[in-house]
Amino acid sequence: MRILLRASEARWLAPTAVLGAAILTFLLTAGPIRLAGANPLAAYERYLVTPLTTFAGVGDVLLAATPLIFTGLAVAIAFRVGYFNIGAEGQFLAGTVAATITALYLPDLPGPIALPLALGAGALGGALWACGPAWLKRHANIDEVVTTLLLNPVALLLVQGLLNGPWRNSETGFPESDRYGAAYDLPRLLDGSRVHWGLVIALVLVIATGIIMAFTPLGLRLRAAGQAPDAARFSGIRVASLKWRCALVSGAVAGLGGAAQVLGVQHQLTASVSIGYGYTGIVVATLGALAAGGVLLVALLLGDIAIGAQNASIVLHLPPQMGSIVSSTLLLTVVALLVARHYRIVRTRRRLE
Amino acid sequence: MDFPFIAVLAATLTIATPLVWAALGAVVNERAGIMNLGIEGTMYAGAFVGFITAAYSGSAVVGLVTAIVAGVIAGALMALLTVTLGVNQHVAGIGVTLLLIAACDFTNRLLFSSGSQTVTAKFDRLFDGAGFFVQYPMTYVAFLVLAPVLWWVLRSSGFGLRLRAVGENAEAADAAGIPVARTRYAALMIGGALMAMGGAFLTLSLLGTFTLNIVGGRGWICIALVIFGRWKVWPVVAGALLFGLASALQLQLAITPLFGAVPNELMIAFPYLVVIAALVIWGRGVRYPGAYLTPYRRA
Amino acid sequence: MTTPDSGAVSPDAAPTAPLVELLGLTKTFGALVANDAIDLVVQPGEVHALLGENGAGKSSLTRILYGLSQPDSGEIRINGRTSRISSPADAMAAGIGMVTQEFSLVGTMTVTENLMLAGVGFGRINRVAARARVLEAATRIGVSISLDAVVETLSVGERQRVEIVKALFHDCRLLILDEPTAVLVPQDVEVLFDSIRRLTATGMGVIFISHKLREVVEIADRVSILRRGRIVASMPAAGLQPRQIAAMMVGAAAATAGDDVEADALATSIGLESDSAAPIPEAPVQGATALEIRELTLAGSARPLLDNVSITVGAGEIVGIAGVSGNGQTELVSVLCGMSDATSGTVRVGSTDITSFGPAERIRAGLGRLTEDRRGSVIPNLTVEQNLVLEDLDRFRRGPILSRRRIRAHVRALMERFDIRAHASDPIRSLSGGNMQKVLLARAIARNPRALVASQPTRGLDVGACEYVASQLAALRADGAGVLLISEDLDELLGLCDRIVVLFSGRVIGELPAVDATREGLGLLMTGHAA
Repeated sequence: MRILLRASEARWLAPTAVLGAAILTFLLTAGPIRLAGANPLAAYERYLVTPLTTFAGVGDVLLAATPLIFTGLAVAIAFRVGYFNIGAEGQFLAGTVAATITALYLPDLPGPIALPLALGAGALGGALWACGPAWLKRHANIDEVVTTLLLNPVALLLVQGLLNGPWRNSETGFPESDRYGAAYDLPRLLDGSRVHWGLVIALVLVIATGIIMAFTPLGLRLRAAGQAPDAARFSGIRVASLKWRCALVSGAVAGLGGAAQVLGVQHQLTASVSIGYGYTGIVVATLGALAAGGVLLVALLLGDIAIGAQNASIVLHLPPQMGSIVSSTLLLTVVALLVARHYRIVRTRRRLE
Repeated sequence: MDFPFIAVLAATLTIATPLVWAALGAVVNERAGIMNLGIEGTMYAGAFVGFITAAYSGSAVVGLVTAIVAGVIAGALMALLTVTLGVNQHVAGIGVTLLLIAACDFTNRLLFSSGSQTVTAKFDRLFDGAGFFVQYPMTYVAFLVLAPVLWWVLRSSGFGLRLRAVGENAEAADAAGIPVARTRYAALMIGGALMAMGGAFLTLSLLGTFTLNIVGGRGWICIALVIFGRWKVWPVVAGALLFGLASALQLQLAITPLFGAVPNELMIAFPYLVVIAALVIWGRGVRYPGAYLTPYRRA
Repeated sequence: MTTPDSGAVSPDAAPTAPLVELLGLTKTFGALVANDAIDLVVQPGEVHALLGENGAGKSSLTRILYGLSQPDSGEIRINGRTSRISSPADAMAAGIGMVTQEFSLVGTMTVTENLMLAGVGFGRINRVAARARVLEAATRIGVSISLDAVVETLSVGERQRVEIVKALFHDCRLLILDEPTAVLVPQDVEVLFDSIRRLTATGMGVIFISHKLREVVEIADRVSILRRGRIVASMPAAGLQPRQIAAMMVGAAAATAGDDVEADALATSIGLESDSAAPIPEAPVQGATALEIRELTLAGSARPLLDNVSITVGAGEIVGIAGVSGNGQTELVSVLCGMSDATSGTVRVGSTDITSFGPAERIRAGLGRLTEDRRGSVIPNLTVEQNLVLEDLDRFRRGPILSRRRIRAHVRALMERFDIRAHASDPIRSLSGGNMQKVLLARAIARNPRALVASQPTRGLDVGACEYVASQLAALRADGAGVLLISEDLDELLGLCDRIVVLFSGRVIGELPAVDATREGLGLLMTGHAA
C-alpha cells in the first residue's frame, strides 16, 4: 500500500474534508465526554447551540471571540508571509502591560485622548515584543519559532512581576493592578451586554486586512513571499523586509488585542488576563485558512464553544477544558484531512502480468 | 562571602534533569528531520499520567512506566500527523501540545474536582547526606546513562546512522533502502518517551504532586537548547546545565539580601533570557538537518 | 512497435540467460504514457546504451528498475527468473545498482558512512570492515577515493565515483548510469569509461543513458532508442554513426545531406539543425552597449567560481556562453539576476551600474532575466495572471488598489502575443513546461528590456516551442536589445548567436564570432584547451 500525490484534486474534496473533520472530532470527543458522565449530543448542543439562543449568550460569545479575532489575525498575517510567529501570547500580554502603563501613570487624561493613547500603546507594546525575534531573524537568521516561543513565558513573568511588585493593588494588596480611571474604560456597544468597542476595532482590522490581502499589490507580494520566497525574491519582492514589517504588524495587532481586552473587560491588569489567547490564535488562523474572513468565522466558532463549555461545566458537570479539547482536536482533524486530500492510497499489485 | 557553591551546583543538576531528558528526546526527533513542538504537551502528559498512576497504584515505578507509554503514544500521534499525513510541523506540534494539555487538565478536573492534589509516592534522592551527590535516580540516569548511550547510538550504531541519513537527505536514505517513514516514526516515539520522562521527573521526583502549568515553558527551552547545541548530545547537555545554573543562581540570589530588592519574576525570567542570549551568541549561521520540516514522499 | 534487430548477438557471449529482461513494461501517469510495452534485454558483460529525447521515458524506466516506481503492467526477469522490485532495497537485493544525475549522497556524512547506509542494521557499525570493502570496491573500478572526506567537500567527479562504488557495494550485477557524463570534465569521462570496461569484463551489465552520441558510440555494445515511450530501435553499436542514431531518435530518415554535421549534443532543437541554414544575423548596432560585465569574480571555497569574467553584449547583438555544465554558468546567471553578490567586478545595463542592485532594481534598470530553474521562478499556487504581473505590480495600481481590469487587459495581450495556451486564472503549476517557459519569457520580455539574460531557454521543450523561443530572441535583437544566451546546446548557440564566449572553470577561455566557430573548436575550448 503506497501513498501517491494526486495530480490535482476535485474541488469538492476540500469542503468534504472539513465536514469529515468536524464529524471525526465529534466521534473522537464523544468517548471522553461520556466517560465524564455526560451525553455527547447534549454536550455539543450546549457548546454550539445554547450560547446563541439568548441575547446575553450571543453577547458573551462576541465577548469571548473578540481577543481571538485579534490574535488570530495577528498570527494569520505572519504565517501568510512565512514568518512563524508563535509568540502572539507574549505580544498580547505586552499589549496589556503597555496599556496599563498609560492608565496608571497618566490617569488624568480626558477620555478622547486616553483611550486612543492606551490602545496605541498596546499596539506599540506588542510590536516591541515582536521586534527582538524579528530583528534576530532578519540579521542573524535565527529561527523565529524558538525566539517568539521563548518570550511567551517571559511576558507572563513580566506581568506577574509587575503585579507582585510596583503595581500591586493599593487598596486590597492583591496581585492585581488598581482599577483604571473611568477615562480608560472602553465603552460598551449596547446596554445590557458586556460587548465593547474592541469588537468594532477588531472588525475594522478584519476588513482592512481582507482588502489589503486580496486587492492591493502589498497583499499579492505578501502571499507570493510566503508561498515561494526564492521565486518571490527573483521577481523583485523584498522578502526579508516584508517579513520584518509583517512581524511587527503581527505583534502590534496582538498587542492591540491585549489592550482592548484589558481596557474593555477587566479594567485592570490581572495575571489571568490571557487564557492562552495567543496559542488559540494559532488554531484560529490555521482553521481560518489564514484569511481575514476565515479568522473572523473561526474566532466566533471558538468563542461559541468556549462559552458553551462554561455552560456545560455548570449544567452537565463537564469540565470546561473539554472546549479546548474540542477545538484542538478540530484543528488537528481539519489540517490532517485537508492535507490528506492531496494524496490517494494505492494498493500495489501483487503480480505483474 | 559564604556562598553555598555546592548547593548551587547540586541544584543545577536537579533543575537541568528534566531538560536533559526532554531535550535529548527533541534531538532524536530533529535529527530525523522533525521539529516536534508537541514537546511541551508531551512533557505535561508524562507529568500528569505518571502522577495519576502513581497516586492510584501507590508505586512510583508504575507511574514512570505509564508516563513512558503516554510519551510513546504522543510521539506516534505526532508521527501520524507529520510523517504519514504530511501536515505542517509547526501547526501539528502546537495542536498536539494544546490537545494534550487540555486533555490532562480535563482529566485532572474530573478526578480531583475538590481542587487539592494528593501527594503521591515518589522517588527520593539517593545517597542521602553525601552533599553534592544527593540527587534523584533520574538525574543520575540522565547524565550517566542516557547522554552517553544516546551519544554512542547517534555516532556509532546503525540506528543512529539511519536516523541521521533520514534527517539529512531523505531521498538518499530511501535510495539506500532505509525505510524513511518507519525510521521517523521510531524517532518520534522514542523522543516522545524521553520527553515524557522529563515531565514525569517533575511530578514523580521533584514535587510528588501535580499542579497546573507544571511544565511552565520548559518544552520551549528544550527546543532552543537543541538549536543552541547544534543537535549534538553533549552541547545540548551543556546548554541544559547552563539553564540549570542560571536558575539555581537565581534561586540562591533571591534569598541573598543583596538581591532582595530585585523582583522575583525578573529573577525567574533570567534563565530564559540567558537562553535567548545564548542563541544570539552561538545560534547564528546554524545549519539545520537537510530534510528538516519536509515530509518525504517518494516522487 | 518494431525492434529492428540485425541479429547479431554479443560476440563473446555464450548462450546464457540474459542478465535482465524487461517484457512489456508499461507505465502511465494519468493520460501520459511514459513507457509503452517496453521490451529490453541486457546481456552479461554488455554495455547497453539507452537513448531518447527528454520525455521519451528513460528516467521512468530506470526508476522502475530501481524500485522507485511501479509499472502498471509487464514483467522484469533477472537471470531468467521473474522478480518483483517494489523498493530500492529489493532492487539492491536483485543485484541492480543505479547512479543518477541527482547524487543521492548525504552531504554531511563521510564517504564511508554514506557507503555503509545501504543494508545497515541497527546495531554497532563496523567501520573497519566497511572501510575495507570500500577500498576493495574502489580498486575494482580502478579509482582511489578518500574514505574520510565529507561528501560535501568533494568535486563532482569524485562524488560520482563514490556513487558508483556505492552501487557496487551490494553484489551489483546490473549498473544503471543515468547521464553520467553530463557534469564531468573529459579526464573524468575517461576514468569512468575505464571503470565501466573493467566492470563489464567481469560479467557485469551496464545500462548507459546519455544523449552524447559520440560517447555512446565509443562505449556501448548495444544501443536501444526510446521515442515517446516506446523502443523504436535496438541494435548492436558496432559501426553506428552518431548521425544515424540521431535520425532514429527524432524519427527522420537517415541523414543524407549535411554530412559533416555531427549530432554531438542531441537536444530537442535538433529540429533546428535539419532546417535550412540559420538566418544570417544582422550587424549589431554600433556603439551602444546593452550589457557589460567587467572583471566579475566570485570567490569559492577551493577556487574562484567566477574568475575575472568580462563579457560585453552590444545593443542588437546575441552573445552566447558555451561550456560544460558546472563551469560557472549557474553562478554567473545568479549574480546577473541579482540573487547573489559577486566578490568584485561590475555589471552595467546600458550606462547604469547595477552591481549593487537587488532584483527589483535590476528589473527597473531594464534587465530581463530567464533562468534555467523554471519552477523556481514562479509562485506555484498563484495564477498565470498573477505570476505575469508580479514583477511589475505598481504599474497596475489605481490608488492603493490593484486594477483588475488593467491587469486582465495586459495579461490577455501578453498571452496572445506569446501564444500561451492556458487560462489566465489557471494556477501556474498546472501548465506544461513549454507553456510555463512562454510565461517566463513573456514576463522577461514584456517590459522591453535593454538586456536579456537567458539561461537554457529551450531545455526540455518540444520542437515548436524551441523555434518560438528562438524567434523571440531574434526579434529582441532586431529591436536593439542585447541578449546573453547561456546554453549547453551548441546547435542553438551556433544558430542564434553573433558571438560565442566559452566558459571554463569560471574563466572566459575563448571568444569568437559565431561564423568562425566550429563544433570541434568550441569543444576544445569547452574542455579547457585554449585556442
